[in-house]
Amino acid sequence: MTVTAAKKSRRLPDLSRAPVVDEVGVNERVARFQSRSIKKSSKVEALKLILSMIDLTTLEGQDTPGKVQQLCQKAIHLHDSMPGLPHVAAICVYPTMVGVAKEALADHDIKIASVATAFPSGMSALKVKLDDARMAVKAGATEIDMVISRGNFLGGDYRYVFDEIVAVKEACGDAHLKVILETGELGTLDRVRKASMLAMSAGADFIKTSTGKIQPAATMQVTLTMLQAIRDHYRDTGRMVGMKPAGGISTSKLAIHYLVMLHETLGNAWMTPEWFRFGASSLANDVLMQLLKQSTGLYQSLDYFSKD
Amino acid sequence: MSADRIAVAKTYKIYIGGKFPRSESGRYFTLEDKKGNIIANICRGSRKDFRNSVVAARSAQLGWGEASAYLHGQILYRIAEMLEGRREQFVAELVLQGVASRAAEKEVDQSIDRLIYYAGWSDKYQQVFSAVNPVSSSHFNFSVLEPTGVVAIMSPDDNSLLGLVSNIAAAIVGGNTCIVLASETKPLCAVSFAEVLHASDVPGGVVNILTGFRSELTEFFASHMDVNAVIYCDGGKAVAKTVQVLAADNIKRVIARNRVNWSGDAANPYLIRDTQEVKTTWHPIGA
Repeated sequence: MTVTAAKKSRRLPDLSRAPVVDEVGVNERVARFQSRSIKKSSKVEALKLILSMIDLTTLEGQDTPGKVQQLCQKAIHLHDSMPGLPHVAAICVYPTMVGVAKEALADHDIKIASVATAFPSGMSALKVKLDDARMAVKAGATEIDMVISRGNFLGGDYRYVFDEIVAVKEACGDAHLKVILETGELGTLDRVRKASMLAMSAGADFIKTSTGKIQPAATMQVTLTMLQAIRDHYRDTGRMVGMKPAGGISTSKLAIHYLVMLHETLGNAWMTPEWFRFGASSLANDVLMQLLKQSTGLYQSLDYFSKD
Repeated sequence: MSADRIAVAKTYKIYIGGKFPRSESGRYFTLEDKKGNIIANICRGSRKDFRNSVVAARSAQLGWGEASAYLHGQILYRIAEMLEGRREQFVAELVLQGVASRAAEKEVDQSIDRLIYYAGWSDKYQQVFSAVNPVSSSHFNFSVLEPTGVVAIMSPDDNSLLGLVSNIAAAIVGGNTCIVLASETKPLCAVSFAEVLHASDVPGGVVNILTGFRSELTEFFASHMDVNAVIYCDGGKAVAKTVQVLAADNIKRVIARNRVNWSGDAANPYLIRDTQEVKTTWHPIGA
C-alpha cells in the first residue's frame, strides 16, 4: 500500500458509538490479575521477557550528553556478571539527545526512541510539532513517541487530534509511531477507550499510556482498557497495534501482573518486544535484583547494581 | 465494667513502613499463659514480611540519617513520653506473659528511662567518638561517625521490653533504620511499642517490628544483601555460626549481645558506636 493509499484508508471512527467501559468490571478483572502467582522457572522467563521489553528512559530537563551516554552503557551492560541476559528494547530520550544515543549505541541492536511533538504538554503549533518529529527521525530515532492534544480531545475536537496524528505519522516516515494518550489527563476509562480507537485509526503503531510527567501515570485499569481497544481494533481491521504502559511501573511484581494481563487479553502474539514495551527507568534494576535472587536465593541490594 | 459486656480483644499485628499489616503469609501462632489459656494470636512473620521491611527501612534511611541530631533526640524523648502515658498497659502485658508485677513495673520504668538516656546521647556521641588525628603531612585529618544504614535486630527473650527498647534506641539515635524481630515467647510489648512509635513522630520505616519464629527468620536476617548490620541477642553457637557465615556475603557488621544485663550494661554509648561507620577525611592545609 502506498503512503497516500494508506492515508486514505484512515477514517476517523464514530466515537459516539464507542463501547462503554464497565469500570467495576475492569477493577474486578485487574484484581484477579494481581492475585496470580508466578514462581520459579516461569518467573525467571517472565523477568527476562520484561527486561527485553523495557524502553530505558530519561526525560528530564537536566539531561546531559553524559547522562544519556551512561544510560546507553546501562542498556548495553545490564549486569555483566549474569550471563544470558537479554538487552532492553530501546532507549527513550528527548530529540536533542538522539544523536548522542545513536553514537553510544552504534553496533548494538538497541532501538532509539525519541519523544516529540512538544512533549510532554503537546501545546504547540502543528508545524513545530512536525519539525520536532522530523528532527528526531533525522538524528536517528527509529521510534517516535508523540503526545496527543488533550485539550482538543477533551473539547470534543476529535477531528483535530486525528488529523494531527495522521500528519505526524507521515512526518515519521519509516519510524514507528507511538501515540501517548496521557490517560492521567483524560479522566475516565470511556475517554481512554475513545482516544485509543482514535489513535489506532489514525495510524498509531503503538498506543502508550503516559508521559510520566502527570500523576496518575500507567495503571492496570487504563492499560486493560487500551488492550481491549487493541483487541477490538485487530478483530475489526486485522492490524496489530502495540501497547506501552509508561510511568509508575517500578517493581518486577507489578510488571509481571502486566504480562499476565497482556497474555490474557491479547494472547501470545503480543508477548514480544515488538508489540509490548514498558516505559520505565528504575524497573530494570528491580528485575535484575529479582533474577539474581532467583539464582542465588539471597535478597539483593541496589548497592551492587549500576545506576541508570 | 458491667458483667454482660463482651471484652474487645486486641489484634496483635506487625509494623512495617509505618503501617500495621498482618503477615503476608496469613500465618499466626497462639500465645498461651502458664496455665495454657490463650492470650492472643500472634502474626508468624515470613521472609517476605522481612523483605518488605527492609525495603521500607532502606527508603526511610536516607532521610532519617540526614535528620539533625536535635531531631533524633526530640523524637526519642517523644517516644519516652508516649510510653510513660501507657505505662499501665505495658506492665499488664508483661504480667500477662509471666513476669512478676514488681519486675514488670521496674522493666517498664527502665525502658522509659532508657529512651531518655539515648535521647540525651543524640548530640553527644559524635563528640565522644570522633577525633582529630595527628598526621605527619600538611593535612587536617579527622574521623567522624556515620550510620551504617539498615540494621536487623533479633531481640532478647529476657527483658522482652527493655532489651527491645535498648536495641532500637541505640540503633536509631545514630541515624540507622532497623527491622526488629520481637521476642518469640513475649511478643506482646513489642507490638504495643510499635503503636507508641507510631504516635511519636517516628517516620514510617525507621523502625519495623516483626513477630514470628527466630529459627525460621535468622537466615534471612543474616543473608539479605541490603542489610548493613545484624544484631542477635542470646543466640547459641549454632546461631552465631549461621549468622556469621551468611553475613560475610556483603560483609555486614555482626554484633552479638549475649547475656547482657539489660537493666545496667545496656545504658552505654558503645551500643550506639556498634552500628556506626568511621569516615576519615584528609583535608589539605595551605602553607
